[in-house]
Parts: sequence; C-alpha cells; structure tokens
Amino acid sequence: MKILIIGATSAIAAATARLFADAGHALFLAARDSDKLEATADDLRVRGAAQVETATLDVLDFDRHEPVLRAAIDALDGLDLVLLAHGTLPDQAACERSFDETRRELEINALSSISLLTFVANHFQAKGAGQIAVITSVAGDRGRQSNYVYGAAKGALSIFLQGLRNRLYKSGVHVLTIKPGFVDTPMTANFDKGPLWASPEQVAEGIVRALKKETDVTYLPWFWRYIMLLIRLIPERLFKRLSL
Amino acid sequence: MSNRYQSWGRYPKAEQQAYRLNWRDDALPDGALGDGSFLPFGNGRSYGDVCLNDGGKLVDCRGLNRFIEFDEETGILRAEAGVLLSEIHALTVERGWFLPVTPGTQFATLGGAIANDVHGKNHHRAGTFGRHVRCFELLRSDGTRLACSPEENDGYFRATIAGLGMTGVITWAEIALQRIGSAYIDQETIRFANLDEFFSLARESDGDYEHTVAWVDCLPHGDMLGRGLFTRGNHADAGGADAPGAPSRRLRFPIDPPFTLVNRLTLKLFNDLYYRRQRAERVRSVEHYARFFYPLDSILSWNRIYGSRGFLQYQCAIPVARMEDGIREILSRIAKSGMGSFLAVLKVFGDQPSPGLLSFPMPGATLALDFPNRGSKTFKLLDELDEVTRETGGRLYPSKDARMHARDFQAAYPSWQAMADFIDPGVSSSFWRRVTGATE
Repeated sequence: MKILIIGATSAIAAATARLFADAGHALFLAARDSDKLEATADDLRVRGAAQVETATLDVLDFDRHEPVLRAAIDALDGLDLVLLAHGTLPDQAACERSFDETRRELEINALSSISLLTFVANHFQAKGAGQIAVITSVAGDRGRQSNYVYGAAKGALSIFLQGLRNRLYKSGVHVLTIKPGFVDTPMTANFDKGPLWASPEQVAEGIVRALKKETDVTYLPWFWRYIMLLIRLIPERLFKRLSL
Repeated sequence: MSNRYQSWGRYPKAEQQAYRLNWRDDALPDGALGDGSFLPFGNGRSYGDVCLNDGGKLVDCRGLNRFIEFDEETGILRAEAGVLLSEIHALTVERGWFLPVTPGTQFATLGGAIANDVHGKNHHRAGTFGRHVRCFELLRSDGTRLACSPEENDGYFRATIAGLGMTGVITWAEIALQRIGSAYIDQETIRFANLDEFFSLARESDGDYEHTVAWVDCLPHGDMLGRGLFTRGNHADAGGADAPGAPSRRLRFPIDPPFTLVNRLTLKLFNDLYYRRQRAERVRSVEHYARFFYPLDSILSWNRIYGSRGFLQYQCAIPVARMEDGIREILSRIAKSGMGSFLAVLKVFGDQPSPGLLSFPMPGATLALDFPNRGSKTFKLLDELDEVTRETGGRLYPSKDARMHARDFQAAYPSWQAMADFIDPGVSSSFWRRVTGATE
C-alpha cells in the first residue's frame, strides 16, 4: 500500500507507521520538525518499509496542503491511504482568555484537516478507491468545561467525517474516524496516568485492525465507546452542574 | 507517577520525579536540569538501586526507541538507546543476526545493556556486551554531545560502559551483531550431582559450546551440595521441522501478594521437581532462542512473586584461583540458612577483558540467586556471604545489588576513583551515593 501520514512524528502516528513498515508498505511522511521527521523516517526504513519519503509541513500553512498531497502522489506513484494524525492539546484557560488562541487551536485541530481532506476526498473520489483515516478524540463527543475548545475542534471534525463517509460511500472510499481516549504520549506528558490510559502501540494496533475491517468509527481502546455512551446519556440540565 | 519507576527487585523503594527524553536531538528536559541530580532510566530491569535516584530526578529514555541504520551485510546496527533488546531481535533474527551478548531478559534497553555492561551464557567466548559496542553518543548535562569510541573520547567510552549511567545520557549506540543460521539453539541439558561435577562439565564444555550455564539447587548439603542441571548449546544452522516455535503467549503473574510466596516449603518442592524434571541424565533438544535465553520473560512481572517487600539478588564473581572452594563455601552457607530461591544460576566466566572501567565479570565463576526480602535476617545472611566473596578477592555485581557495603565496592572496584574525571556533575544515583559516600 501507498500511505501518506500527516503529523507523522506524533506518537500514535509513528507507532502506526511502524506497523505499516513491518508490513512492507510505502510511506510518505509529513510533519513540522525536520529532525524528528528524519529520525522517524530512518527508523521506518530500517524496519522494512518499501519506501519512505518526507516533506516538512506546518499544517497552518494552508497553501502548502495541495502541493504536499501532490508530492506524495508523485513520490509514491499513487496513493491508497491517508492518515491524519496531527494535532495539539490546547491550553483551555489560555483559549478562554484569548479568541486568537482559540482560533489557532481550531485551525490546527479542525480546519487544517478539513482543508487536507477536501483535496484527498476529491482525489479518491475521482479514483474510485482509497482509505481515509483521521484521528479525532473522545473529547469531541460532548463539550466539557475542562477542554471544550479541543472538544469543539474534534467534534466538528468527526461530523465532517460522517458527512464525507456518507458522500464517498458510493465511490468505494472508506472513511475511518478514530477516537482515542487517554493515550500516554508526549502530548499528555503532564497528566497523571491511571488505569484508563493506553499506549500509542495499543492504539496503533486498533487503527490497523479498523482499517482492515473497514470500520466506520473506532473507539480506542474499545471501552471508550461505552464510557462515552454513558457520558452522552447524562441529561444536559444535570451535566451542566458537573465538574468534568 | 513515581510508582512507575522502580527497579526489578522492588527494593529499595524510591521517590523521584521523571522527565522524558523522546528525541535524540532534543536537549535534556529543563526539569531534569537545575537543582538536584538526575539519572538516566531505561526499562528498570536492573535489580537494586543502580537505576534509582531517591529524592532526585530521572530522565526516562524509553522514548528513544528508534532504529537509525542497519547493515544486513555486516550486522552493524545503530539504534537509539531506549530500544529494547527484544525489539532488536524482532528486527534482526529473521535477517540472520543476533545480539553478540545477551543477558537473561530481553526487556532491558540498549543503553541499559551498555551502562550495566551485561554478560550472558557466552561470556567464556564473547566477554561482556561492552566489547561489541563500536561507538555511542553521550549527552551531558551542560548540553555537550560527545561521540565516544575506542578512538575518540576513549576515556568517556570506558567510563560509560559499565558506568551505571553516571557519565550522562547515552542517546544512541552502534553495536556489532553476530551471524546466526536460524532462530534455534541445539541444546543439551545434563544433570550433575554436586559441585565437582559442575566444574568438570564446565571445563569439558566451554571449548565446544558457545553458551553454557547451570541451574543449582541451593537447598541440599553435603554430598549433594551444588547439584543441578547444566545447559549448553550452540546456534543451530536451521530449525528442525518439528522444532517448537517461539513462546506464543506470555503469561503475567496476576497478583501482587503482600508477602512472599517463596518459602521453605515451596522452595523445596520446586527445586526437587525441577531437578528431577528430566529422567535421563542427558537430554538433547532444539529450542527456540526465546526459550533458551529468556525462560523467565515468558512470565511477565514474575518479580511480584516475592511480595511487596521485594527481593534481593546476590550475584558474586569469585576469581579463578579460588572459585571452587569459594563457591562451595557460599553455597554451603546458603544451604545452611535454608533461604535462597528457585533459580540459583552458576557459570564460569572467560578471561576476555571488558573496556568498561567498572565492569563486573572477572576470570572465575559467578553465582546469582534471589532472596525474598525478610528484613534483617536476609541482610545478615548476605553479610555472611560477603565474608567469603571478600576473602577470595571476588566482587558483587552493582546491577543486581541493593546493599553491598561501600568498603567492599571500593576495594573490589579500584577504578571507581578514576570515574571522577568522567562523571557528569548533574548526575547521581542512589547506588553511587551509597557506595561512594557522595552527596547529592
């Protein structure tokens, strides 16, 4: 398979890319930091990826989205799968103080993906095949005071993906929405870790499984589906009183 | 957060703040610098306190888990220091390469294998891990990066191999792997009735067998003192069609008992059964490398069996001139005590020198066994064993140790003072403070 990964140096993306490399797939990696990108690419080459190409990309540089996608298609001579794994964990308090901060987080965590997906969707629709996998979050299932800016971005993205899935279904394009719960990565380094926490490797295995089975929406690990179901069931007039 | 950071023996307990280093080109985390010391931490597979820094900080290096380059023609591998030995084998075995030296667990990191200068069943042929290290990068607390090899910064090279993390953070290393014909080992296990038979088996085997080790029953006295099973093996050219595969499923020791499950009764039962598990005096078989080298890795968290107070491992090396009477005396003191453990391991070391200043192995024999931590009773016995180790000119393995006396360390490792030129001023460990009297 020919695979493009955006945000390829993130812990979940890198762990997933290792599984792709073990299987001998060809990879095109895009990420912001060139040193980290090269370290990740070297690792995947050693592990047996058929081909590894890279491009540095700041996802806020919207003008470069299409050129990077074109570069990936050229370098790999086609494209079968796109995984969007970039993102940040906003400082909720900073977002409450500043709309500029909120807008920036929405651009990183929602709009940049929507822009990339616009090109990817049209490419796969024209081709009549392809897989799109996007990491959103359980945080997008319900707004909570502790991280609703992040939740709004991921929730918007999840709904966008629902529509995209509906649109592309008849074109034979698979759209996978990935909703991880708590994952022990550098992005969450400052959190205390409890029993609900998963490793990036566990999440990566779940992603590969969901791609193989062409699942629509996957919660990782699986139990988050039920946790979020319960959280969504709480009536709003009660929910608003909770400190979540 | 601190509970995650303990040593394999779960004794002593330590409290420390951990900071992760995730990329080899990153600077050391700000939090790790400044007031107080830090210690590089790999996967916590050393037993005592060489990986602990009680009251201080740790730099968790498991995020440095990328391969950098692997030449399938020459077997030269360059990888980040947090890569596990199991991850190296997962990459290299099917390509025909094996670690040149491996300890009894695959769950140690590459950096940990260097910092503890680990040894294995082939010590009589290959020496320690450090002999197969070509070069590495050392990241110091002042931000400098030193390329270290026998040709460049050789003082740092020798101080870092077996240096217990004291010289700074190893970010990556390059090692030379060993060619293998298959993932299998031609193995022979021979029952021996006492210590004399062990030493004659070792003499007879070390020429023809790359890997040798023995399990010893530490309970019987007298004529049966030191009875056990001697295992020897060579890498097989090919696995037989009927050769068993890798252990497919790992078990996890499921509970964390408040007290040790290893006591006189369970010990006698296990050791008797284990000694008698093979009817014939000699049994030959073809074993997957994971079963041959890492039988205990198939039970995750086996260290919990010793209860929440943890356990102590005593591993000594006795110089060749005194090894027969020295090991005999130590084993008889253990047998008399009735303490000891399931797995007492005995091996004759070779004479290849390690580049490491503080390397543990010496020409002679090594005995390793676990003791449940029963407080002062256990510590008193270990002090009695020290008398023999000291008197024969032997020494203890820091990577297994949680209680050796400073005077014994300093006498047995005379190079310890030469370490001062290379120790990173920002680094310290519980072990180093304990055996050198250094303050944090």
